[in-house]
Parts: sequence; C-alpha cells; structure tokens
Amino acid sequence: MAVELTVAEVRHVARLARLELSAEESVHVAGQLSAILDHVEAVRALDLEGIPATSHPLELVNVLRADEVRPCLTREEVLGGAPAVEDGRFAVPRILGETP
Amino acid sequence: MSGAGGPRPGAEGLSDAASIASRVRSGELRAADVAEQVLGDVESRDAELHCFNLVTGEAMRAAAAEVDRLVATGADPGPLAGVPVALKDNLCTKGVPTTCSSRMLEGWSPPYDATVVRRLVAAGALVVGKTNLDEFAMGSSTENSAFGPTRNPWDTGRVPGGSSGGSAAAVAAGFAALALGSDTGGSIRQPAALCGVVGIKPTYGLVSRYGLVAFASSLDQVGPFATTVADAALLLETIAGHDEMDSTSLGGPVPRLTEALRSGVDGLRVGVVRDFLADASADCVAAVRNGADVLSRAGASVEDVALPELLHGLSAYYLIAPAEASSNLARYDGVRYGLRVDGEDVEQMNARTRAAGFGPEVRRRIMLGTYVLSAGYYDAYYAQAQRVRTLVARAFARAYEHVDVLLAPTAPSVAFPLGAKTEDPLEMYLADLFTIPSNLAGHPAMSVPFALDGQGLPVGVQVLAPALGEVAMLRAGVALESGATPGARGPVRPGAVV
Amino acid sequence: MSGSPVAAAGDDRLAGWETVVGLEVHCELATATKLFCGCPNRFGAAPNTQVCPVCLGLPGSLPVLNRRAVELAVRVGRALHCTIRPSTFHRKNYFYPDMPKDFQISQYDEPIDVDGYLELPSGRRIGIERAHIEEDTGKTAHLGGGGRIHGADRSLVDYNRAGVPLVEIVSRPDMRGADEARAYVAELRAILVASGVSDGRMEEGSLRVDANVSVRPIGAERFGTRCEVKNLNSLRSLGRAVEHEAARQVALIETGERVVQQTRHWDEVEGRTSAMRSKEEANDYRYFPEPDLVPLAPDEAFVEAAAAGLPLMPADRRARLAALVPHEADGLLPASTADQVATTVDLGLDDLVVAAMACGADARLALARTANEAAQTPEAARRLDPQAFARLVELEASGSLSATQAKAVLAELLAGGGEPEEIARRLGYEALGSGALVDALDAVVAAHPAEWARYLAGEDKVAQLLTGQVMKATKGRANGKAVAAALAARRG
Repeated sequence: MAVELTVAEVRHVARLARLELSAEESVHVAGQLSAILDHVEAVRALDLEGIPATSHPLELVNVLRADEVRPCLTREEVLGGAPAVEDGRFAVPRILGETP
Repeated sequence: MSGAGGPRPGAEGLSDAASIASRVRSGELRAADVAEQVLGDVESRDAELHCFNLVTGEAMRAAAAEVDRLVATGADPGPLAGVPVALKDNLCTKGVPTTCSSRMLEGWSPPYDATVVRRLVAAGALVVGKTNLDEFAMGSSTENSAFGPTRNPWDTGRVPGGSSGGSAAAVAAGFAALALGSDTGGSIRQPAALCGVVGIKPTYGLVSRYGLVAFASSLDQVGPFATTVADAALLLETIAGHDEMDSTSLGGPVPRLTEALRSGVDGLRVGVVRDFLADASADCVAAVRNGADVLSRAGASVEDVALPELLHGLSAYYLIAPAEASSNLARYDGVRYGLRVDGEDVEQMNARTRAAGFGPEVRRRIMLGTYVLSAGYYDAYYAQAQRVRTLVARAFARAYEHVDVLLAPTAPSVAFPLGAKTEDPLEMYLADLFTIPSNLAGHPAMSVPFALDGQGLPVGVQVLAPALGEVAMLRAGVALESGATPGARGPVRPGAVV
Repeated sequence: MSGSPVAAAGDDRLAGWETVVGLEVHCELATATKLFCGCPNRFGAAPNTQVCPVCLGLPGSLPVLNRRAVELAVRVGRALHCTIRPSTFHRKNYFYPDMPKDFQISQYDEPIDVDGYLELPSGRRIGIERAHIEEDTGKTAHLGGGGRIHGADRSLVDYNRAGVPLVEIVSRPDMRGADEARAYVAELRAILVASGVSDGRMEEGSLRVDANVSVRPIGAERFGTRCEVKNLNSLRSLGRAVEHEAARQVALIETGERVVQQTRHWDEVEGRTSAMRSKEEANDYRYFPEPDLVPLAPDEAFVEAAAAGLPLMPADRRARLAALVPHEADGLLPASTADQVATTVDLGLDDLVVAAMACGADARLALARTANEAAQTPEAARRLDPQAFARLVELEASGSLSATQAKAVLAELLAGGGEPEEIARRLGYEALGSGALVDALDAVVAAHPAEWARYLAGEDKVAQLLTGQVMKATKGRANGKAVAAALAARRG
C-alpha cells in the first residue's frame, strides 16, 4: 500500500519541527517523504510480535558521576556565539506561548 | 625543505603515520618540515578537491614546533608525534570554527575540544584542519555540504562518498596521514571504500562521542581513516578508551589492536554475507570473492552465510536515525549560537532560522524524524524500527556462533559521478545498505581498499565483527591488505588514473 | 468571565459540590551540582555564569547522570513509601527558549519511584502515583509590557537553572478541597526537608506546585473534567487558586456550560485563573528513549545506602509522639492533643518532648508546654536542654510551680538556658519548695487551732481560709493547688 503524506500533515510536521515551509515546498516535501515512507513500508508490515525493541546497542546500566563541581565556562565563552545578548543574557524576540 | 638531509615523507605524497611518527620521534625528521610540506601541498591542490573547510596552519606549525622541542629535550612527544591528522568538521575544536558544513553553524567556535581531539593532540599529532562533510553528517557523497562538494582524488569528476568525504579524500590525496570521521550508517566505511583508504567504525562505545556533534546518538561513532590497516589501528588505539564525559563510553581495557596485526588469519572463521551480493556491482562482488580467497589461502576457513534480516536494516535506519536527528538538531534555534534569521516572535524566528540554516537533506530528515515520532505514528514506525534492530542483532548473533568475522561489500558500487544521485534521496540512501547493519547492532566494521575496477577506481571490502571484535576484524583486514591489488589504495595524485 | 462574581467566590458558594485536587510538585534536589554536568546547583548567581557545554546544550556535549541526584530520588521514594524500580530517561521534545537543547530529559513511562502515599496530619492518606527525575529549564525574563509574557516585546534568557535536578512528585487525585491541598504540600515539604532532599524554599522556586482541579456533585463517583493550574508560588496562592478554580468550574456547570480541559495560569494579583495561550501541537512531545543515557537499575545495596540515615518522617514522628501521651478511654487522642502533636512535629520539637519524657516528665504536660509555649520560639526550643525542660515540667506537675510560674521559668529557659530550679529561685519562687511549704503550714495550723479542728472534723470549706493564710504567710508565692494538697495530706 502506498503511503501518501498530505500537505496538511507536512505543514503540521514542519510546525512541530520549527521549519518555515512555503506552500510549494510543502507539496514537494510531501512527495519526497511519502516516497521514503513507502520504501520503509515493508518493515512496517513485518510481523514482529514478541520481538523486543532495541533502543540502544549497549547493555550498560547505572553510569553515574560523582556530585562534584567542575569549572563553568566564562561569561564570554557562554555568550560569545550568541546572535543577540542583553544584560548578560540571551535576547530573543517576544514569546507568544507559555512554556508547555 | 626537509630537515637535516633525511628522507622526505613520500615523494608521491605522504608516507604512513607509523613511519612519520617513528622518524620524528627519533629526530630523523622534523615535525616542522612535515607541517610545511603538508600545508604547501594543501595550499596548492585543495582548491580543486575541497577536502578542507578550514586549514589551521598556524596552530599546526605551533604544534609541530612543540613536538620538535620535546624531541630535542629528550621528552616523549607521543605515539603520533608529527603525524598530520585531518578532523571531520563535526568534531568540536576549542576556539576553532566547527561548522558541520552547515550555514547554521558558520562562524561558530566551540569553547571546548572533543575528547578524541584532546587525545590526538596529547599524542603529538598535528591537526591540519577541519574536513568537509555532508551537512550534519547526513549524506553519502559530501555533496550536501553548504560549502560545496568534495571531489574524489582518484577522479575529480566523482564524489568521495560521505558523509566523511573530506576526511577520506584528505587521506587519499596525501594531505594527512590520518583522519577522523564519524560513522552513523556507513559514513566512514563508504567514503573509505570510494577513496581507496582504510576506514574503521569501532564498536559503539569504544570511542568517546563527547564533542562529536550528534546526528543519531545511538548509532554515531568516531573512527579512523588511514592508508594502511596498521595506521588505522594505531589511531584507533590512541582515541579509544573510557571517557567519563560520555555515559555510553565502555569501561575496561582497550583491545591491544596493534598487536593483532601480526597474528595472521590461520584458523580464523570467515563468513561471506551472501544476501548482500545481489545488490552490489560485479566489481564489488568480485572483490569480496577474491578477498575471501586471499583469506582462505592465508589459512582462514570461509563459508557463505545467509542473513536476510540485514536487508531490513536500511529501512529501520531511515526511521531511527532521522528520529534521533530531529531531536538532536532541535537546539539549532537561533537563540544561543550560530545563525539567526529574525522574526516577529520567537517561534517565527526559530522557524525562519532553521529553514535558512539547514540544507534540503537535513530539513527532509528532520521532518521525517519528527513525523515518525509524532503522536499516533511512534509504534508503527519508531518502535517497529527498534524491533527490526533486535532482528538484525539476532541475525548477527546467529552468524557469529559459526564465524569470527563477516565479509561483505562496503558499498554497492565504486565512486559515482558528482550529481548522479542528488535528485533522488532514496537512491542515495541505498549507498549505505551494507554498512548500516553494523551501526544498528553497535558492532565494529572496517573497509579495506582491495581492488581496482575497470576504470581504475578503488573498490573496498568490508570486514564485520561482533561487539569488541576489533582484533579479529583487524587480523582479517591486514590479510586482505596484503593480498590487495597493487595501487588500490591512496595516496593518489589527481590524474593518476584514467 | 471577568466581572463575574466567580473571582470573589469562597467555599460557601460550593454547597453540594466536592472539589477534587491532584498535585504535581516539582522539587529541586539539594545536590552540589546539576543533574547532568558539574556546574554548581546554586540559586542567585549572576546570569549565565553557572553553565558549561552540557547544560548550555552546545553541539557535541553529552549528559552524565549525577549519582547524588539519584540517591536523593531514592530517598524521596522511600520517604513516600514508593516502590523504587529500574527506570529510564526519555526526551520530551518541544521548542522553548528556556530549554537549551529544545528537549527536556525526563523520566517518562518508567519512573524511578511509583505507588506510594503520604499521610496527612489528619490521618488521611494521599496516594503518590509516581516521582520521577528530570532536568529544570532556564529562566526567562520578559521585557516591555510590564514584565508579563503577554505584551512583552522581547525576552532574556538565563541558563543558570537549566539542568538543575528535579523530582516531580505526582499525587493521585485524592485531595478534597483547598485546605487538604495546602496540608499536602506542607506535609510534603516537611518530608523533603527532613529527608535532606530539598531546602523546601517555595519563594526561591525550590518547590513548585501545579494543581489539577475538578469538581463533582457530592456523592458522585465520576470525576469532573479537570484543569491544570500553574504558577502557584506559595501555600497561600495554592489555596486561593484551588478555591477560585473550583468556584469557576461550579459556576460554569451551574449555568449549563462545560468545563474544558485546559491549562490555566494563576494570577496572584488579580486572584483568578486564566486559560494559558498554548499551541495546538504543544502536547505532541514526541517522547523517545534518551540515547545518550543508559538505564538506571539501582540494586538493593544502592537503595539501602541511599536511604541510609533517613530520619523518621513527620507521620511516623506524630505516631511516635501520640503513642506516648495518654489516650481517651475509646483509644483515641483528644482533638486538642492531636493538634499539639501535629504542631510539635511540624516545628521539629517532638524530639524535645520525647527526650523530656525519657527523663521522667509528664507526657501530657510536656506536650502542652511545648506546643503552646515553646512553639512560640521554635528556634530556641530546638536548643533547649531536654533534662532541664523535664525538670521544669516536673516542678509544675508536682505542684512546686504554678502554671503561671512554670511558663515564666520556661520563658527564661528559652531565652537564656540555665537550670529551672535556679531560675525559679531567682524569680522568688523558691519558697515553693516543699520544705518551705511545710514550715508555713505548721505555722498556720499552730496559729489557727480552732479552724484546724473544724477542718479535721470534715468541714471542707475551712480549707479555703487556711490556704489563704498560707498564701499570706508566703507572701503569695505558694501554689494554691499544692497548698490544698498539703492540707488534705495532713488531714490524712
């Protein structure tokens, strides 16, 4: 079965991912993503009932560090790469939504 | 320009790292002369190849002077003393721009060094510069660089592979004896094969990822490029080992890699991954078959193994890697560092910055990854891909009950012409078909330059091993190297092949 | 809804309705460093001076989990009677400028602590669904528009707090009304402070509370639609916000409208909640396992070591204290005594009472003097020598000191320490020693033989006259009860 990502879905995903996308690009990307998802459709169809998920190749557990203070960066190093700084802080345009 | 009348590093290019280090350490060769030769060579030839995003000449000269000073005072300058090394430009270098070949990070200099960089510098290596890559390591041709593609030194009309194409090409061109790359789905091994050099993706966790700009965290691993298997082992030994800054870094001693080189392959059990041969070009298949013969003649036992599950790896990879990438690359939002494109509010600023700062392939993968993690699709895509990951690991485990290492093509074909696959993402993704399973399983694998195709382009053979199976992998690698077609490996001069 | 009477509504408007509350409490852990890096976990430093590549989310940086944070999370679990289990970390993905990586590392479907409870002073148990470890965000200041997010023209971000370790403690919707919600947070705060997990400073944001509030008709089984109320910075605002939100919901329902599930912001100044502006996609957090961290599987040894030295929790201390004081015939504690127990434990004075009892002090009296008098100056009371306190209580219990006198001596003890007998003498209460009382009584009996004879004959009212004479002879320093007792004893 062919996967068809709609332009609306692409625009929703672009919004989630914070990527500005023109209407034209949305159509183009919908086609490309559909093609990729179509390709992985075989994997989606595999019957993997009972096979556990592997989220990581390692079987390590409990990797912990001691609660000891390490040197911080200097203020210059912290703010040196920032596009906009004000009063020792990172300046951003107004925020419309509250923190979720 | 060479010092004290000693032999100059390779007349056709650079000699191997072990020789350079040995001669620098003995005082026979001055590190400063190595630096000057390399910098002069890069200056004259890299404009065409574009291996480097940045050449750090002054720092290299200073490092060389320090090595020479240590040698003069009788102090130990380190195992890689005076060896020119190129760093993929996704490894953080303190005070030195680290771009990931992206407009997003253009001009950004990290305030810290990656662990592997610190270890290299401590070992006396001379950093030549930062090499070009597919933007944020997403690609298989180095054409996705915001700063233009790297060209293959064997044929400048062709790609060097990717994403570590700049590092592979720098070693192939003789600009550096060693280079570091990163391998998420084949990004070291595939360009190594296409550039006729040795490339290793180590066991996941063997080398610290601290300071490697993340693409897909559960798959990424830093590894070496070199012209010889011995050099690659030397570099891997230098950078490997536990790092307290990386929670996924393995403890325990580093395998004695350079010692493995003399062990031979007598009694080694080798399996040829039959399932991969159907999708590879005739030259690539022939190289694998001939490689198996070389190993067999050297005392290894060879059998074909069927591992059809591995072919599902590609699809799983193109769900898992973009998912992790979509999260890893969220931080490029125009707030703290890098590019900002202004907007009315913070969301618009974020979205415009990211649209302008990321190239099309990165944007595509971010959207794909966002989609497969989003509500309602997680189980169908991401969780299913993780189950395939288990399937791949189980398939490998089954094989390694009978064999010590596996042999396979590294890439489906030799280096392809620039632009040949840029229009079709899926076609490009297929370049990683044979390399991806090792990343999914966290296993080591390497590409060894083994043959030349009809056009004189290099063909690599891949050796795969189970987790921490680097010793067996290197034993097979050395044996393959010794049976390789003469001239199948770098360094090369442009125009040396027709 | 502005201008409606809702904002001013109190509990009396909610007749027939039950307010259901569940709380999510974010508690900053009292570690030396942040959750995933070695930057100091310290409040009040100059902006962006407590950051490193890790907590600034620089490319290439990686998190490494702070052992102490895990140990403190284990202590939280123990103190709240949770099961402590293997856990994993996930990434919660959303864009916000106060999050350096634009995702938050948090525990999602496998938290470290599950299924516990907290016992309120009232004896009610509030279920704890889970407590999980996560990292804090930075702080955003809004410029222009009066410092509020709406109307601001730009914002400034400080990442000093980014990466500070938190546990989020999620209760079950077991609380009924604002008072109980407040009592829960007060109790939880006491537990966290006692466990050494947190400094408990709500005003510095060490403890932050979100309330899930719903209403239902009394007797109904099904929960109503809930709203989450944020920005509750004190117990007072929690109480007010719950009352207001419940009233708002009741008013909606009673006018035939529906409560819409949403997140609401409490405005302390205006005294009302308002719907937060949120994006429609805001809840698609795209959780997935954090690949840069490995699972946490604390074994028994780790858990025991982490929980070692955990003191008795307030509920246990209340139970311990209550067990020491006399109960009513029905086996219950009088309500006033229960209050005294709660106050004493709340102020950390229960050890004083218990120690005084061990020295022989009367239990009920020791508790009363602690909860009523010593509690006025809890700092000084915690420094009180239990032996001296015990002797003071005994002086009063034996009648050597009147209640008024005992309180005066206690005040001196609290103010400057010392020996209660000495203070009593200094205050001129030394005549109350039993020897002096006997002497005075002898003199009075000798001087009033007729009255004494009438008393001996059973004329009890004469006792009053005799006592008065004793008081006169002792210049009022005698304890009336003690005199009456001495008279009675002499009569036999």
